[in-house]
Amino acid sequence: MSNLRIQSTHDLERLRRQLQSQAHQIQTKVYICMTGCRALGALAVAEALREKLAQFGMEKTVQVVETGCIGICAQAPVMVIEPQGFLYGGVKPEDLDEIIPQTLQQGKPIDRLCVKHDGAAVPVLKDIPFYQKQKKLVLENCGRLDPRKIEDAIEKGAYVAAVNGLHHRKPEDIIEQVIAAGLRGRGGAGFSTGVKWDLCRKAPGNEKYVICNADEGDPGAFMDRALLEGDPHRVVEGMIIAAFAIGAHHGFVYVRAEYPIAVDHVNIAIGQAREYGLLGENIAGSGFAFDIVVRMGAGAFVCGEETALIASLEGKRGMPNPRPPYPAQKGYRGKPTNINNVETFANVPLIMQMGAPEYSTIGTEKSKGTKIFALAGKVNNTGLVEVPMGTTLGEIVFEIGGGIPGAKPFKAAQMGGPSGGCIPAQFLEHPIDYDTVEKMGAIMGSGGLIVMDEETCMVDVARYFIDFCQAESCGKCTPCREGTKKLLEILQTICDGKGTEDDLQTLQVLGTYIKRTSLCGLGQTAPNPVLSTLKNFRVEYEEHIRNHKCRAGVCRELLHYQIIDTCTGCGVCKRKCPVDAITGEKKQLHVIDQHLCIKCGLCFDVCKFDAIIR
Amino acid sequence: METVKELNVDKESLKRLLGSYQRITTGDLIPLLQQIQQVYGYLPPPILFELSKQTRIPISRIYGVATFYEQFYLRPHGRHTIKCCRGTACHVNGGPEISRTIQQLLRVKPGGTTEDMAYTFETVACLGTCFLAPVMMVDQDYYGHLNPDKISQILKSYR
Repeated sequence: MSNLRIQSTHDLERLRRQLQSQAHQIQTKVYICMTGCRALGALAVAEALREKLAQFGMEKTVQVVETGCIGICAQAPVMVIEPQGFLYGGVKPEDLDEIIPQTLQQGKPIDRLCVKHDGAAVPVLKDIPFYQKQKKLVLENCGRLDPRKIEDAIEKGAYVAAVNGLHHRKPEDIIEQVIAAGLRGRGGAGFSTGVKWDLCRKAPGNEKYVICNADEGDPGAFMDRALLEGDPHRVVEGMIIAAFAIGAHHGFVYVRAEYPIAVDHVNIAIGQAREYGLLGENIAGSGFAFDIVVRMGAGAFVCGEETALIASLEGKRGMPNPRPPYPAQKGYRGKPTNINNVETFANVPLIMQMGAPEYSTIGTEKSKGTKIFALAGKVNNTGLVEVPMGTTLGEIVFEIGGGIPGAKPFKAAQMGGPSGGCIPAQFLEHPIDYDTVEKMGAIMGSGGLIVMDEETCMVDVARYFIDFCQAESCGKCTPCREGTKKLLEILQTICDGKGTEDDLQTLQVLGTYIKRTSLCGLGQTAPNPVLSTLKNFRVEYEEHIRNHKCRAGVCRELLHYQIIDTCTGCGVCKRKCPVDAITGEKKQLHVIDQHLCIKCGLCFDVCKFDAIIR
Repeated sequence: METVKELNVDKESLKRLLGSYQRITTGDLIPLLQQIQQVYGYLPPPILFELSKQTRIPISRIYGVATFYEQFYLRPHGRHTIKCCRGTACHVNGGPEISRTIQQLLRVKPGGTTEDMAYTFETVACLGTCFLAPVMMVDQDYYGHLNPDKISQILKSYR
């Protein structure tokens, strides 16, 4: 095992060239995404492909790579075939009987598996509109390598920046470079990363810590999951550089337990990095020591808050502490600690390789670089996208996202998770960066971007987020513990059709006080979805209160599914009902039992005779 | 009636677990609880008392941590765990209907276990699989693009 160890920049360079020439020996590669696509059978596709290639005697000429997120998740399971760069979606094991002869042997695309645009097949990935406006820098290797093989990462240039830095650069210079690049924290708050590192470096003491916050608790966000599962070495490398800059020798990756595959891949990556001498004592012969331990969260959103995360690492209940002192001065075990988000660390090797001047040409004046967004909700091309800061919301939703299903009008985009706000249509042409998003009444947040259409009730959205924050509130401070409970009660009352005019005033005032007086970020931002929907969608609140109406058809108390006399007794609704709430004889008027009805709306959707009203 | 302390639970597995640590500090508490849960399927209270005795971490502290985090269960779990996602993307794409369907079909509330101990049903804040909303997991298997129709069939396959 010791002959694997890299002891110098030359060792790494030599190894990289060796791996590159090996990689060129096989021309045909099939990349199959194993992140989200796993949920739609990607593993079975990979297994079947290996079997069939062996049957054809092609196992030595075609390489099957189980890879990370390719981004166009709406087409899952996704497969990319090189050297042509063909992208196939919705791939099933049966499709392989066509893929192997037609594409792998003859190099021809199969139109029915390609992404369509305006009715025509677009076989090559880089021609697909979804990818055109993206700039995949941080996600460059995601989907292009096997994340469980460090050799794949090294072949693509992993650890070059770290090893060069450790051997040839001073920590202070690295920090200056990160400041000059303008990198801001990608976890949501957007604080200057370089300045944070500097504060930690200057804090007195020899025992310092670097922590990667991989708690990714925002519902609707999966950027960090994709990075950890798809390109873990990039994150590890970022942590090594940070540790060197700060003078820390111990690191943690705190991953939420709901991401078992990410935990697995990070553990594998760290183990392999150690084998190669890229973690541990004397990294790559530089004399610098740094190692990382992986710790799992235990299901508490509040542990994404840095002081609560630290408490969790110390074996305590995840309750935040007042700041100052900031973790940079007094963090884990009272020692100077630097905590950064996964995507923040993933940007670091990029900045080292490109240099600050080039990196800072990307983005806007105050928000440099790219941002990864998890595009979800009512949008055609749900998936993972990486765009330069300054891209407009409209470009993301329509040109990349392909617009709303059914060409329905855009209602709002929720950004920033439970801490964020809902951005209405009038801001579609505004560029997205940390400062402009704040002016729109939201926050950049970690990157979750949920698109909403006319079937989304904005009051329900506010209620949903407050419900979440209430459940996740640690309970330590009164404004959050009691305040979110009260906000939730009021919102539930409004959704139940029992709200009053005074309630709107109460929500506004109470929300503002909770923001101002809560101990930590959770409480300080919990009212944001309420306040932003009150501001931008007040009409819907008023309709719930004054007219007992939910225009989106969501609030159940304001809905009542009934079958009327245009019913022909065809029985389709009865068969579709998932809880058998509909009874009726053939060709007779059917009836919905209101006690059993869960108001899912399936009957309403399937009735061809408009016989169901709500 | 037996007190919680006296319930008959195998302590050997705990002893083996603790044996693998050279020194146990309070910082190890959460990983320890995670490992205990992996071995026993939940956190049996007699085991927690034993853990307190062996590590000298006060039982009140252990109880405080075990009840703070959603992942820890103090009661036995069903053979299969259904995790229904209540994340934002799932929420706007019919997630609540999925949850209600499961509740109706299995006659169990979130956090509860069916009488025959076949299923424990939980809702989770987010599974990070948002583009396939609505999503649920049964044990380690993911199911996406759900609608209430599909639930019955999926659950049957685990019986």
